[in-house]
Amino acid sequence: MPKDFGFGASSKRREDVRFLTGNGRYTDDINVYGQAYVHFLRSDVAHGTIKSINTERAAAHPAVLRIFTGADFASVGGLPCGWQVTDRFGEPMKEPAHPVLAQGKVRHVGDPIAAIVAESAAEARDAAEMIEVDIEELPAVIDMRAALDGGPLVHDDLETNLCYDWGFIEDNKDEVDAAIKKAPHVTRLDLTNNRLVPNAMEPRVAVGDYNSSNDESILYTTSQNPHVIRLLMGAFVLSIPEHKLRVVAPDVGGGFGSKIFHYAEEAFCTFAARELKRAVKWTASRSESFITDAHGRDHVTTIELALDHDGNFIAIRTSTLANMGAYLSTFSTSVPTWLHGTLMAGNYVTPLIYVNVKAVFTNTVPVDAYRGAGRPEATFQLERVIDKAARELGIDPIEIRRRNFIAKDQFPYATPVALEYDTGDYHATMDKLEEIADLKGFDNRLAQSKSKGKLRGLGLNCYIEACGLAPSNLVGQLGARAGLYESATLRVNATGSVTVMTGSHSHGQGHETTFPQVVSEMLGIAEDQINLQHGDTANTPMGMGTYGSRSIAVGGSAILRATEKIIAKAKKIAAHLMEASADDVEFSDGTFRVAGTDKEVAWADVCLAAYVPHNYPLTELEPGLEETAFYDPANFTYPAGAYACEVEVDPETGKVDICSFAAADDFGRIVNPMVVDGQVHGGIAQGIGQAMLESAIYDEDGQLLSGSYMDYAMPRADDLPSMVVDHSCQTPCTHNPLGVKGCGEAGAIGSPPAIVNAVIDALSRGGYSHVDHIDMPLSPHRVWEAIQT
Amino acid sequence: MVTVTLTVNGQEKTSDCEGRSLLSDFLRDNLNLTGTHVGCDTSQCGACVVHVDGEAVKSCTMFAWEAQGADVATIEGMAEDDGSLGTIQQAFQDHHGLQCGFCTPGMVMSAAALLKKNPDPTEYEIRDYLEGNICRCTGYQNIVHAIQAAAQTMRAAT
Ligand code: FES
Ligand code: FES
Repeated sequence: MPKDFGFGASSKRREDVRFLTGNGRYTDDINVYGQAYVHFLRSDVAHGTIKSINTERAAAHPAVLRIFTGADFASVGGLPCGWQVTDRFGEPMKEPAHPVLAQGKVRHVGDPIAAIVAESAAEARDAAEMIEVDIEELPAVIDMRAALDGGPLVHDDLETNLCYDWGFIEDNKDEVDAAIKKAPHVTRLDLTNNRLVPNAMEPRVAVGDYNSSNDESILYTTSQNPHVIRLLMGAFVLSIPEHKLRVVAPDVGGGFGSKIFHYAEEAFCTFAARELKRAVKWTASRSESFITDAHGRDHVTTIELALDHDGNFIAIRTSTLANMGAYLSTFSTSVPTWLHGTLMAGNYVTPLIYVNVKAVFTNTVPVDAYRGAGRPEATFQLERVIDKAARELGIDPIEIRRRNFIAKDQFPYATPVALEYDTGDYHATMDKLEEIADLKGFDNRLAQSKSKGKLRGLGLNCYIEACGLAPSNLVGQLGARAGLYESATLRVNATGSVTVMTGSHSHGQGHETTFPQVVSEMLGIAEDQINLQHGDTANTPMGMGTYGSRSIAVGGSAILRATEKIIAKAKKIAAHLMEASADDVEFSDGTFRVAGTDKEVAWADVCLAAYVPHNYPLTELEPGLEETAFYDPANFTYPAGAYACEVEVDPETGKVDICSFAAADDFGRIVNPMVVDGQVHGGIAQGIGQAMLESAIYDEDGQLLSGSYMDYAMPRADDLPSMVVDHSCQTPCTHNPLGVKGCGEAGAIGSPPAIVNAVIDALSRGGYSHVDHIDMPLSPHRVWEAIQT
Repeated sequence: MVTVTLTVNGQEKTSDCEGRSLLSDFLRDNLNLTGTHVGCDTSQCGACVVHVDGEAVKSCTMFAWEAQGADVATIEGMAEDDGSLGTIQQAFQDHHGLQCGFCTPGMVMSAAALLKKNPDPTEYEIRDYLEGNICRCTGYQNIVHAIQAAAQTMRAAT
């Protein structure tokens, strides 16, 4: 019987009611009395020296309050990078300054040159057109190889476009090289992981406000992690102490990573509000989002897989160029390194692995984490090269994977790339996949496609991801400049209802429903007696926010810990009320009982006693019932799964139709299956988008050609198949007390290789076996071209 | 400045705006009906869909003054008179047809327009009709389920 509340129930989402009635409160819905509006004048060239900025005419516009340029920010801090990577030679990465407004040079199309604050947004835009900027255009560098090969310098002072050259694990390099040299078979693949624009449907917005009565700055912003923004902006950029700075991220319309980072516009609005003593609002247009939101992926990789004649993996060696764009966005440097290199073992036993990554500056928008962040890049190359190897060795693609799986009895399993997987059962998820994808029926479907003149293909892959970031001491050693715990406060009210305050942030994940489910299960009180508060640094404990599929694993565990503290204290109060010893008190279904007696007291009575402590052990126990917990995870969690995709290719046109998509995931224990299904659907949709449609394309001058929804192909309802998702394989995580693994990114990580594998399979079955790879997105043109060659 | 008078969700409203103000801006900024969202500047995303004289319209594609005298319906008017969710809204909640909620007002308004024209759409017809509404969160699957379920409820009620 499915449960109807608590842990494991598909509780309907309570937040939906406000979203469905137009009562959501997104940042752009917030208007502060007397607010002004800012428009940013942005560079329309990718690289250039600012010779002069003449603001005279614009400043005379009657609605203009003030125009800011780089000069106003000369003494203000730059935007910090949150992760320092150490290179192969023990040297720190190159870390260029990242000013709020350009200082003398522009380095990508969209780099802000001036900010015009006016009475209305339209007037700010009008005035911006009156500013005369003289930019001496410099040659831009867009291609990563050219950037490393003597191309123009993005940052003159660094004297190189190489941010770092990272080796992992450097000490293993020689051994890996030697193993590959003498291996019986080596499969090699060159591929590109295409650059993407995250495109949360809500464009970024920032409203800076200043309260002169108490000298407090308030920033309303579209963020996945308001506390992180407060920390970074307060400490590094504007030098505002945290107790004078409040950051609010209300309803946020999707993030997918792009709203983790601290952006210049947030700092600007906060700064300008203090200067002008008026609130200042900025709302990005979609065109602006395309050239200012951090992009994702953009790796160029060579991977080699060494195998014996039976298809057993011996060694993996990869070499990747990772685009950083023009500046280092907040977590950009961690993505191609610690979130990518550590995943190269996948679901397999491979004794030797070496990963090399060169991070490169180019005159493009900064690149940072996008749903999956590093893990899709790792999975894509690994699962593509395995498929290619299977083909070369004549082994079935499922069989080669099964042969190399880490077996159930090998857990906990230490990989050669520094992770220790706690639990998993990869054969079980593969079995489940074979069932839900009806692989037995493939031959029939193949025949049907053939009769229509279509090529049918089946693509499979597995994935593992490391999520639920992470033990703080470990990430500290790896270069993180922040901790990665999460926090929760449980405030039990006098009448027994509960307010949960979390440092996690919900921007579509449904925390307002799922987090109370955890508490409801533990306290035995109704979910609607529990309310979740998040997104405001003023009324939530310091927490690190939501990304990397960490919310239930880390944030949920903090809530569990805080709830345990509540129960422990409540038991003492109950013991006093029942004149028993606390050790004898049991608590279940919202009732405290003395074991072996008929004495009991209800949850609500204990809560009331805590706040009206007339009959209360005041000498031993403080009144009130409120507890806070900070949870720092013992390790990552490792969700894993197996995905299958079937496609039909039209050999005449190269058009690919996705006929079916099936996903068998192991997410450990599950709080709300309905929400998990939705997370997987959304992740797969983004993976299909990457594989089939999406690509951020720059021309050689650094103009973003796919800079609007006219040119950047977002997946639409009629581009996507109906998906079959299953998460009945559950090996509970041992690294957190809930036994949960993350589910937010799995779909985006696991789906692109299945699709490309399916297309290559279709071509191979159709007699085009010379095609061993096509780079994403698999547009009809690319597929047709591959067939022709 | 122009003075625009129109009926929104059954109530007559008048407000002054610039000639270049879009209907989407007018609804949000002048009438404080912030349920209508703006997700793009090229009329592609559908977050801003409302009904104008019974037809689904992307409210970012028309000037506010073009709606002079029109009868406009927005997401704020879709609930039942007692405040409970309307049939389509309820189906979206029941079938988890939304995540971040940003595309949702446009999706619901488009779905309402579809079901008025076609009370029993196939999955293909639903996906085809939603071509102008982008959702980045859901992969559309549960939106399709929600609209199918709403269609069924509405057919059963008539
Ligand atoms: S805002 Fe109207 S279509 Fe995007
Ligand atoms: S629910 Fe987020 S864009 Fe559709």
